[in-house]
Amino acid sequence: MSTGAPPLSNPPKPQVKALNCPQCGAAIVLRSLGNAETVVCASCHSILDAKDPNLQILQKFNVITGEVPPMIPLGTRGKIRGTDYEVIGFQRRSITVEGIRYDWHEYVLFNPYKPTRYLTEYQGHWNDISVCKELPTVQFAAVNYLGEIYKHFQTAEANTNYVLGEFPWQVRVGEHATVTDYVKPPRVLSSEKMANEVTWSIGEYMYGADIWKAFNLPGQAPEAVGVYENQPSPVSENVKGIWSAFLAFAILLLVLLAGFDLASSKTTVFDSSYRLNAGEPKGEASFVTDVFNLDGRTSNVQVTTSANVDNSWIYLNYALIDQDSGQAWDFGREVSYYHGYDSDGSWTEGSRKDEVVIPSVPAGHYYLRIEPEVDPRHPPLVYTVQVRRDVTVPGLFGVAFLALLIPAIAITWRSMSFERARWAESDHPPIHIGSSEE
Amino acid sequence: MTQPVSNCPNCGAKIVFKWSSSVQTVCPYCKSILVRTDVDLKKVGQVADLPPDSSPIQLNTEGIYRNKAFVVIGRILYEYDQGGWNEWHITMNDGTSAWLSDAQNEYAISFATNTTGLPAAKQIQVGQQYNWNKQSYTLTVITPAHYRGVEGELPFQYWDKTDVTFADLRSETGKFATLDYSDEDPALYLGEFVEFDDLKLKNLRSFEGW
Repeated sequence: MSTGAPPLSNPPKPQVKALNCPQCGAAIVLRSLGNAETVVCASCHSILDAKDPNLQILQKFNVITGEVPPMIPLGTRGKIRGTDYEVIGFQRRSITVEGIRYDWHEYVLFNPYKPTRYLTEYQGHWNDISVCKELPTVQFAAVNYLGEIYKHFQTAEANTNYVLGEFPWQVRVGEHATVTDYVKPPRVLSSEKMANEVTWSIGEYMYGADIWKAFNLPGQAPEAVGVYENQPSPVSENVKGIWSAFLAFAILLLVLLAGFDLASSKTTVFDSSYRLNAGEPKGEASFVTDVFNLDGRTSNVQVTTSANVDNSWIYLNYALIDQDSGQAWDFGREVSYYHGYDSDGSWTEGSRKDEVVIPSVPAGHYYLRIEPEVDPRHPPLVYTVQVRRDVTVPGLFGVAFLALLIPAIAITWRSMSFERARWAESDHPPIHIGSSEE
Repeated sequence: MTQPVSNCPNCGAKIVFKWSSSVQTVCPYCKSILVRTDVDLKKVGQVADLPPDSSPIQLNTEGIYRNKAFVVIGRILYEYDQGGWNEWHITMNDGTSAWLSDAQNEYAISFATNTTGLPAAKQIQVGQQYNWNKQSYTLTVITPAHYRGVEGELPFQYWDKTDVTFADLRSETGKFATLDYSDEDPALYLGEFVEFDDLKLKNLRSFEGW
């Protein structure tokens, strides 16, 4: 060796190399400099040894007609999470589950300073994928990665069907790997097991529109079909929120209920008992009560009827009448109570007490007109009529409670439907879907 | 040890050692592999042309690791059936020596250990667990590699190799370990994966269009 010229300057800058395919003579472009291990001739589909100056042919493969070209053309540059990458390789891989083949595409992204990155695309669903530095630990049907739990989604044999461009590894058509996916939307953790090596990678879901923007692609990204394994649910984020809101409002309602209960006067303004002898005067007569005062703001009035009925009934026609204006509120109430014993044990029906609330009764002097009815053969009966002013009505709060509950349940239901659609495609489909397909 | 400055016994060029503990270097002019003896430098071999390389790192690349500045002073280049990788020999500003490995732009920094009782090459299998320095490691890949060449200063003699086996181990926390079966007794290197941006590297190679 001669002493030669001292290497004072740095080695020449690597450049995109122009070469020719030894099989068909077509131009071969090497974009990833010395990084490429294999490069595929786009014209004759020979897989060539990129490290060999003569581009030795490693494998030739047949291409089915109608092979889909990459959606992001090779050589396109784009920015993913702040770093520029160039698309240098493209492959189509597939798994076969229960006789159905599922194909997806992988794009190899190159930056001379950064680790190789990948994009995958399946029916309009994209993932940004990089190799894990930290080792995930498998625990039953899940994996712990950096303290987070990823659920097992699917294990399948992946086959490489079609390759284009260049790869920083020895790519071959027909190569198999056992691919296992674990999901924690929007992320997916995948292990690829080959003979001597297990590679873990971490992917994050990306929307087609964001890919289109990142690579400045013409037109619109194809619409995503169905729900993908790690696609973030549009509603699951809301489920917690709506239930927190529901809880907050429910507490508020309870506080309001308690407040109204404290504020309502609940004064008993009338309380009287009557004896009814069914047989005595033919044709039940009506009678009026003494006058009682309803005070304060316009508010409700509660009329409680109790009777010692026993396997019998009493029906009362009421009228609450304003002595001064003559305005009347008519209403009928029935008190009935039945009980007995049958093959299922003892039973009861009805109650010896009945309550009714008449809303918005202004203050004034009032009396009740009462017309009781019973079975003519009924033994003598005692009933009590009690009138209370300004009571709380929990029923209204119940309606408000339901009004809050319904959207919470609706959102939870939507979220569950989304998760069912997600897991229907997994190794662990929801039970009813699995059984209906058998 | 010789002075840090001496002459290449092959071509007479001045050889300056950047690190006083370097045992071997390569003459930048005639590519002779030179080993330090008690009195002078001895030529033990010759580096064939290294294959075109895609690493952004080169000799004299500087960086920072755990608040310590380092400089790249040498490297060993390996090849295996899925590609090649570089073990860059770096020295920290406190005089310690370490390795910055660059495998397809995945970077890790590791330090030599004098751990004994290491498993023999025949015993290792993918999936095995080992504990060193209270850290658990899982063996993820065994790489039968081929020594391809050296450049610059190294902390040991390394030039007459052909096939060497490495086992890489990873942890749940991003720690990294390598079992090196280059010599009769295995050697253990412990370290961690590092992000390119975190190393704040200077004097990198530039790439056309990037």
